[in-house]
Amino acid sequence: MSNSEYVLEAVELTKTFPGVKALDKVSLRVRPGTVHALMGENGAGKSTLMKCIYGIYSPDEGSISMNGQQVHITSPRNAMDLGIAMIHQELHPVRPQTVAENIFLGRIPYKKAAGVRWVDKAALINGTKKVFEQLGLDIDPKQKVAELSTSYCQLIEIARSVSIGAKVVIMDEPTSSLTETETEILFRIIRQLKAENVAIIYISHKIDEILQISDEITIMRDGQNVGTWLASEMTTDMIVARMVGREMTDRFPHKKHTPGKDYLKVENFTSTNPHSFKNVSFTVRKGEIFGIGGLVGSQRSELMEALFGLHSVAEGKVSIDGKEVHIKQPVDAIKNGMALLTEDRRKTGIIGPASITDNTLVVEQNVNSKRYYMGSLPFIDNGKRNQDAQKYVDMLRTKTPTLKTAIKTLSGGNQQKVLLGRWLLTEPDILILDEPTRGIDVGAKYEIYELMEQMAQNGKCVIMISSEMPELMGMSDRIMVMCEGHKSGILEGPEVTDEKIMLLASTFEAGREEKK
Amino acid sequence: MKSKNMSKFLMDNILYICLLLMIVIIAVISPSFISVRVLSDVLIQSAPKILLAMGMLVVIIAGGMDMTVGRLAGLGAVVSGTLAQQATYYIKFWPSLPELPLIVPVVVSILVGMISGFITGVIISKLRVPAFLAGLGLQLIIYGGTLLFMKKAPNNSQPLAGYRTDFTTFGTGSVLGINYLIIVAIVVMVVVFVILNKTTLGKNIYATGGNREAAKVAGINVFKIDMFVYILSGALAALAGCMLAARTGSANAGYAEGYEMDAIASCIIGGASFTGGIGNVPGALLGVIIFSVISYGLTFVGLSSYWQNIVKGLIIIVSVALDMRKYASDK
Repeated sequence: MSNSEYVLEAVELTKTFPGVKALDKVSLRVRPGTVHALMGENGAGKSTLMKCIYGIYSPDEGSISMNGQQVHITSPRNAMDLGIAMIHQELHPVRPQTVAENIFLGRIPYKKAAGVRWVDKAALINGTKKVFEQLGLDIDPKQKVAELSTSYCQLIEIARSVSIGAKVVIMDEPTSSLTETETEILFRIIRQLKAENVAIIYISHKIDEILQISDEITIMRDGQNVGTWLASEMTTDMIVARMVGREMTDRFPHKKHTPGKDYLKVENFTSTNPHSFKNVSFTVRKGEIFGIGGLVGSQRSELMEALFGLHSVAEGKVSIDGKEVHIKQPVDAIKNGMALLTEDRRKTGIIGPASITDNTLVVEQNVNSKRYYMGSLPFIDNGKRNQDAQKYVDMLRTKTPTLKTAIKTLSGGNQQKVLLGRWLLTEPDILILDEPTRGIDVGAKYEIYELMEQMAQNGKCVIMISSEMPELMGMSDRIMVMCEGHKSGILEGPEVTDEKIMLLASTFEAGREEKK
Repeated sequence: MKSKNMSKFLMDNILYICLLLMIVIIAVISPSFISVRVLSDVLIQSAPKILLAMGMLVVIIAGGMDMTVGRLAGLGAVVSGTLAQQATYYIKFWPSLPELPLIVPVVVSILVGMISGFITGVIISKLRVPAFLAGLGLQLIIYGGTLLFMKKAPNNSQPLAGYRTDFTTFGTGSVLGINYLIIVAIVVMVVVFVILNKTTLGKNIYATGGNREAAKVAGINVFKIDMFVYILSGALAALAGCMLAARTGSANAGYAEGYEMDAIASCIIGGASFTGGIGNVPGALLGVIIFSVISYGLTFVGLSSYWQNIVKGLIIIVSVALDMRKYASDK
């Protein structure tokens, strides 16, 4: 029946938006039973390509074939019927419903009696169990989705696409919020899908993962194909070079900064929430990049948010430059020279409908409002605001059509740059970055690293929470590792190894025993 | 390409086009509609509604909704009315009260509105009751309270009347040919415009509505923002009630019933968004004027007032539907 070696074939797709050619004759050929990685910097056109294949956009030119037969995909529903499923980066499960109901969303099994379609509970539960068995998942079908973590939601979404009988599964940044253990589970399931002849289109910025899991790699740049290669023939450097279109010699900038004297001192920091951080003490020096490692649930983000005045603290003392400070709310932290780039850009970072200027100025115009007054009148001079916003757009090379553009329309990397600009404008002494490069392309990542290096060279404290081991090890002078709300150790210099960090991250007792 | 530009132009200016079209149709049926007297009547009738819409606009931009303003305007009308009666009026609400300067009924009603707004703000921002439900509850409480207040002897629930001339002049008089109420509405619009666009407070209101959690991280005290917007909305609502009492020369507990819905609809058809962080003064003003032209104009051409509701309902749905399409095509 099938006369093609490809399960999915997109040929010379072109898609133009007002002012931008998002796709320029891009082709993608995916073989059944393989993992096909799709890589490229933010804005390279990966998402647009996937949206064309998934029927969210219709391409201006080009054709899409499934098993050698040309198809017209008009909607996601249509794509699903053809056997294409997509696991979005942002998951939208129906949280108040059960796992089983989510798996069978939109096609709940029923028994007909007296003209009414009654839910067939047994078929619902058994059907779900069957899919989970097939994938080797251990999740209770009757559990409410709201009680599960993000990683489980992702696995449920995958199980759903399997139960639909998808032939092609598109995964957009599936591991961006997964821990290493969870990533392993995902990879095991991907291999299982491969064995069942399902093709997977895998979009990710994590090169190590791509090399580990994929068979073929297609790289895109500026809306065009760079090419497709066998993963076994590629190296990290080769991928990076093709993505950015230039040779990148190093993934991290050279360390030129030297830590100075103690600046930020945190003692016995304990949350009012008994499940959060307890008795954490550490010191960060001037001109130091202080890394914080740990697994999801280690309460590192909560610790930093509490330091910034976002959560209440039961006990603990914070001093800056030898003076004790009392931080009750974020504005106190900001006035003490602190800045916090939060982990979840959409939830706690960007002000979606507001402009680039408004997003950049939202902090500085409050702490330093006189700077923007029209002369001595307490009215805002929008010219001055735009000037400052433009300065940071230029400095961080943020790509945006205008300063008036709503931030939500920018790509993730550019949103992150605007948020960085927001905090840099306040000229902080202590810059706290929570997963600063999550979901950001290689080029922008390097720029953020350079910025951290620059801040450290200028004698500022930089604190970085990161789940990416190479980044944590490559950037930090010292690494504090946390586990279940406790500080399990601080590593420095030659002590820093993958194994040491993992050990401390998985058990805080290990750190204690070593001290003895 | 040309037709695309044309349809984009139509979409972007749909409100102005609707307004013009309505005026033209009404004027064709009944040419005397286009007269200074009629049009200024439309504006005078709009004035209290503009106040309500401006208050609502600020609340909606901050990501909330104030369902109390209709009933609160009713309370404002009654409170100011009781303080503006002639000493000789035969069923004076406060029999022993001397005649007070005009400023007293105006200021007292504003204060009542601010107190109500304060309570609304605390209930929504501190007790975390969803704005719609908090408003629903408070609306009933305010209405009940107003009825009880009106029942006091010797008034015994009769509509208020017998105002002093300075109070009725406030509602009907004019300076340089411009009605006092229109002047109040213009002043309020300018103040709200300046707050929203030219002050850090305004920027913080947009930020809070745009993303409350992000605003907190950015050091904005979102509780203060909530309190400000609900107190402002309450004050404007009560002042609007006072204006209604002055214009009509009467007042009872049923005044301004359902006006909160008109205020919300005006903001929404004027481009504000329930998700917060979006909205502007000219849009909301236009929304109010469209509704006033419908009410006045349809009566003017002799159409039953029942039709007004149907036309208003259609306008709300069509304008929001067009707006959603605009968003969809932006994607």
